[in-house]
Amino acid sequence: MKYLDEYRDEKIARGIVTEIARRVTRPWVLMEICGGQTHTLMRYGIDEMLPAGIELVHGPGCPVCVTSLETIDKAIDIASRPGVTLISYGDMLRVPGSRTDLFHVKAYGGDVRVVYSPTEALKFARANPGRRVVFFAVGFETTAPANAMAVWQAKRQGLTNFSMLASHVLVPPAIRALLGSPRNRVQGFIGPGHVCTVMGYREYEDLVREFRVPIVVGGFEPVDLLEAILMLVTQLEEGRVAVENQYVRSVTYEGNPLARKALAEVFEVCDRKWRGIGGIPESGLGIREEYAAFDADRIFGTEAITADEPADCISAEVLQGLKKPTDCSAFGTRCTPENPLGAPMVSSEGACAAYYHYRRHAMVAKGRN
Amino acid sequence: MPRQSHLDVALSCPAPIAPAESVLLGHGSGGRMSADLLRNILLPALQNPVLDRLDDQAIVEVGGSRIAFTTDSFVVKPLFFPGGDVGTLAVNGTVNDLAMGGAEPLFLSLALILEEGLPLDTLRRVMESIRVAAALARVVVVTGDTKVVEKGSGDGLFVNTSGIGLVPPGVRLSADQARPGDCVLLSGTIGDHGITILSQREGLEFESSVASDTAALHTLVSDMFLASPAIRCLRDPTRGGLSSALNEIAVRSGVGIELEEATIPVRDEVQGACEMLGLDPLYVANEGKLVAIVDSASADALLEAMQRHPLGRDARIIGKVTGAHPAMVTLRTRLGTSRIVDLLSGDQLPRIC
Repeated sequence: MKYLDEYRDEKIARGIVTEIARRVTRPWVLMEICGGQTHTLMRYGIDEMLPAGIELVHGPGCPVCVTSLETIDKAIDIASRPGVTLISYGDMLRVPGSRTDLFHVKAYGGDVRVVYSPTEALKFARANPGRRVVFFAVGFETTAPANAMAVWQAKRQGLTNFSMLASHVLVPPAIRALLGSPRNRVQGFIGPGHVCTVMGYREYEDLVREFRVPIVVGGFEPVDLLEAILMLVTQLEEGRVAVENQYVRSVTYEGNPLARKALAEVFEVCDRKWRGIGGIPESGLGIREEYAAFDADRIFGTEAITADEPADCISAEVLQGLKKPTDCSAFGTRCTPENPLGAPMVSSEGACAAYYHYRRHAMVAKGRN
Repeated sequence: MPRQSHLDVALSCPAPIAPAESVLLGHGSGGRMSADLLRNILLPALQNPVLDRLDDQAIVEVGGSRIAFTTDSFVVKPLFFPGGDVGTLAVNGTVNDLAMGGAEPLFLSLALILEEGLPLDTLRRVMESIRVAAALARVVVVTGDTKVVEKGSGDGLFVNTSGIGLVPPGVRLSADQARPGDCVLLSGTIGDHGITILSQREGLEFESSVASDTAALHTLVSDMFLASPAIRCLRDPTRGGLSSALNEIAVRSGVGIELEEATIPVRDEVQGACEMLGLDPLYVANEGKLVAIVDSASADALLEAMQRHPLGRDARIIGKVTGAHPAMVTLRTRLGTSRIVDLLSGDQLPRIC
């Protein structure tokens, strides 16, 4: 991990900030798409370093945050049934559903486990033929290929006790929805580096052409993000719009063809509800008919579960970059990581939680002045 | 609770989900949920001035001597891991809780809760570790207890140790002693133990060359006292990591603490594993490190003393105590910006991508 040090170097970072300041002649509103990028920006206080004219707003790219309420309810429903082991990534356990969360299901005797990779869930299913093992698969294009491979292997190995509750979401349709909104303020996007590592950035060219907005695919370290911001500011100031790639050490134009093939084998594009945003057409990945025997939603008959989100949380506006977490009257008082009102307060990559954990002192200081 | 009429609209969610009505794993994390459990349920039943200090050990006067007394239970999974096992932890953990009070550890008790079906060979190995760790730390296990529970009622082997030590005259350490201007010293790299355990856990195994740092710290502490008595507070940042230990000191002393990120030693392997898992080493457990709040005039002497001891070779001054932002720990990042080092609510959760 030594090679990362240069991406966290104060001198290099300050140099880029100076260059940004030199080029900026008017205010610009930029959005980072990915929750991992939001986390870095807050953790390193990068927004504090930028010239006053550059406003960063935080996009809908935290997979935990945008997983719809009804999907959480489905997972809770399935995990509560006898004989079922529900396996997921750690931070999904704390996300509130309509009435409870998976941590509470676990505390009351449900078998809920955490893994880092779906292949571990497969391994568990093979070792425990008496359990019905369900992998709760959420995330963007980044996690989809590994999840696809798990389903593909389960089919090839003839596993009958493994299934997947899949609720994948896609980035480009979300950007399209944001840009199509009459309330859109965003003038440039930092594209999602990990997603583009898998998918490449061909699909972002259509967005640039259609909406005349620059997109720079960015990495996740402080210097990555500052460089991406500099590239966006340069395009905007020069009046250009293009897709550019800052994260060249990971992202290529075509992405990863093997990963994309695995993804297309098992998943197909479907409409998807996003927490805080609502339904976006063709914005998700669902399990193909050929793999229906591994689709937990069908096997457990949870397709009919629906849930509506409450109106008292402004996460919709936050996830669309219309408001900052601190604009919310509940922020840090009625809504905290212990008692989250909305999903962005739950995951460490959620915009509200990132503000809460890293930036409260700055707000206190500003309040005093 | 007020009676609900049919006009009360049920709180449509996502919440707030009512605070837990049963114990959740997060209650054992050492974070905010643990603190709430302590404050709301455990302490009200027992209040007394010794307990209310909430240090890692109680200090009581008996016949003119000041005795440090502490207890700790060890429920680690897996039982054996690179660098140690549940037995080594049980001895070193309790020795360290005494040492953080400035006490010289003397006697331990050992209570074992064995699950039906536990291989006797496992028990033999753990007992051998306990023997070796106690001999190394020069403490004597003088009393004990064994219980067996039915299969399924325990997780193989739970160990509890209590310990007694003698506090030398004039030594008064407590989390409420930090003063603005003091220095924060750390004895070495953070996160080694937590990442070692995580790398061995079922479902999460990953290749790692890190080993647990479990070690008895009392000789390091006595070397420090020889160098200077100007030590205000010692903590071993176990569960909840460096962040939880420093947050506790900041709250109890009513001071702010400012850390310098670049000075906090983290092994490359630990940093790498944390990057991969989306964890922050500041919150990862240690079993052989201490953090000291000391008078700034003696900081250099104490640092040198620590660095001369094998368990303090990588010791650093990592920050200072300040009057600004009381009860809050902040960190100056490598980029020169500043952020909060918050108390976590429950356990750190591995993130998705």
